[in-house]
Order: sequence, then C-alpha cells, then structure tokens
Amino acid sequence: MHLIYKIQGGNFSRAGNASSEVKKILKQLNIEARIIKRIVVALYEGEVNIVAHAFNGVITVAIDTEKITIVLTDNGPGIPDIEKAMEKGYSTASPAVREMGFGAGMGLPNMKKNTDEMYITSEINKGTVVTLINYLLP
Amino acid sequence: MKLSLIINKINGTQLAGDPLTDNEVEYAFASDLMSDVLTVEKEDILLITGLNNLQTIRTAEMADIRYIIFARNKKVNCDIKRLAEENNMVIIESPYSVYKVAGILYNLGVKPIF
Repeated sequence: MHLIYKIQGGNFSRAGNASSEVKKILKQLNIEARIIKRIVVALYEGEVNIVAHAFNGVITVAIDTEKITIVLTDNGPGIPDIEKAMEKGYSTASPAVREMGFGAGMGLPNMKKNTDEMYITSEINKGTVVTLINYLLP
Repeated sequence: MKLSLIINKINGTQLAGDPLTDNEVEYAFASDLMSDVLTVEKEDILLITGLNNLQTIRTAEMADIRYIIFARNKKVNCDIKRLAEENNMVIIESPYSVYKVAGILYNLGVKPIF
C-alpha cells in the first residue's frame, strides 16, 4: 500500500491531518497498537516540522507486511547542522510554533526514539528529507 | 478513579464525550508542551493542560489519550470540540489552575506517570 499526502507550510489548523489519516489506516490493518503509536507519534512530529519550518512538503507512506517506510520531503530552509538539530532542546522554531505547544527542540529526538531507523538529508535553501522505518515483525 | 467524581471535584464542565463518564482514570500528566506529551509512553492517561488549540487534540489522538482537562478557565472552541468528538475523547473545562487541578487529582489517588 502506498499513500501520499501534500503538506502546506504554515497552516497549523491542518497540521496532523495526514498523521490522523495514517493512524486510521494502520488501525484498519490491525497493526499492534503499540507499534501504531510509535509510528504516528514520529510521523506527527515530522508533519508538524514541515508545517513549522518549510514552504510545503510531501509525505509518502509505504506499507508492506514487513515494515512501514515513511518519507517526509520538504521545500524549505534546510537544516544547517543535523547533528545539532538532533540535540534535545535545540530549536529554531518561531513564536507561532511555540504557541502551538511545539518548538522545544524535542521533535527530531522523539522521532528517532519512536522509529527503528531514521535518516536525514538536507540541503540549505532547498529542503530536507527525513526517512522513518518501523518494522512490523519482532 | 471515576471520571464523574473528578469532574465534580474540579468544578468541571464536560463538553464532549460520553455523558455517563463512568470511566476509570488511573494515571494523569500535566503539560502545555505537546512535544512533552508525545514522549509519554503510557496509554489511556488523562491530560491536564492550558493549551487550547487543535494541536492539543491532535497530540492526544496520536498519544492515545482519551481524557483532557483544559485548566485555568481556557475555553474550547467548536473546532476543538468537533475534533475531540470525532476521536471519541472526553473534554472538560475547569476554572482552576493546572496546579490546583493536578493537586486535586493527586489527592483523589490518580497516579503520576513518573
């Protein structure tokens, strides 16, 4: 199964809609609740990151019997120092993002915690690609 | 602890969810920072917050949280209420501060998650 969602930067009222859709589909597929929670928490943090930092983005979700692979691709400022961005507490979020209850520098570390594999590539003034992989089998 | 008793003790108004609220609440967590809420691994907890926007409901949805108390007299708008109802959540408004709500729940025996 292959799902694609377009994400609009700056539109906080829709932030989380894609993650919500994915959660409903994973539930229908009878995937274990604990695994669903890990996937959707990581996905939601990633979706909020696109809304908070980028102009727009695309989320693709590929589901097979073995694993779920999520790729979040955005057109945005890029991350100058990925290692620093992975540090807990480091954030470049705007006051608007903080008003939404985010922007405390916890998103990327929490995404890593909730995935089995996570990869980030980024290019300044172009955008960022985050790949999240969760295995469904023990 | 029965949710109906919690609502009564915090002078709460229930805005969405099953009106019988015979449900039991064992654990609670208080935060205005949704990133913190998303780090909580325990499911089926009650969230006490003063952050009243759609992302509070979205966060609760992802974190499998079904009960939310909006403290310090924060009012819930119809978009928040609708999204909570879609997700079968119970939402409650309380005029008390987060600190006071948390204190009352703690005294009632609702446990902290850490």
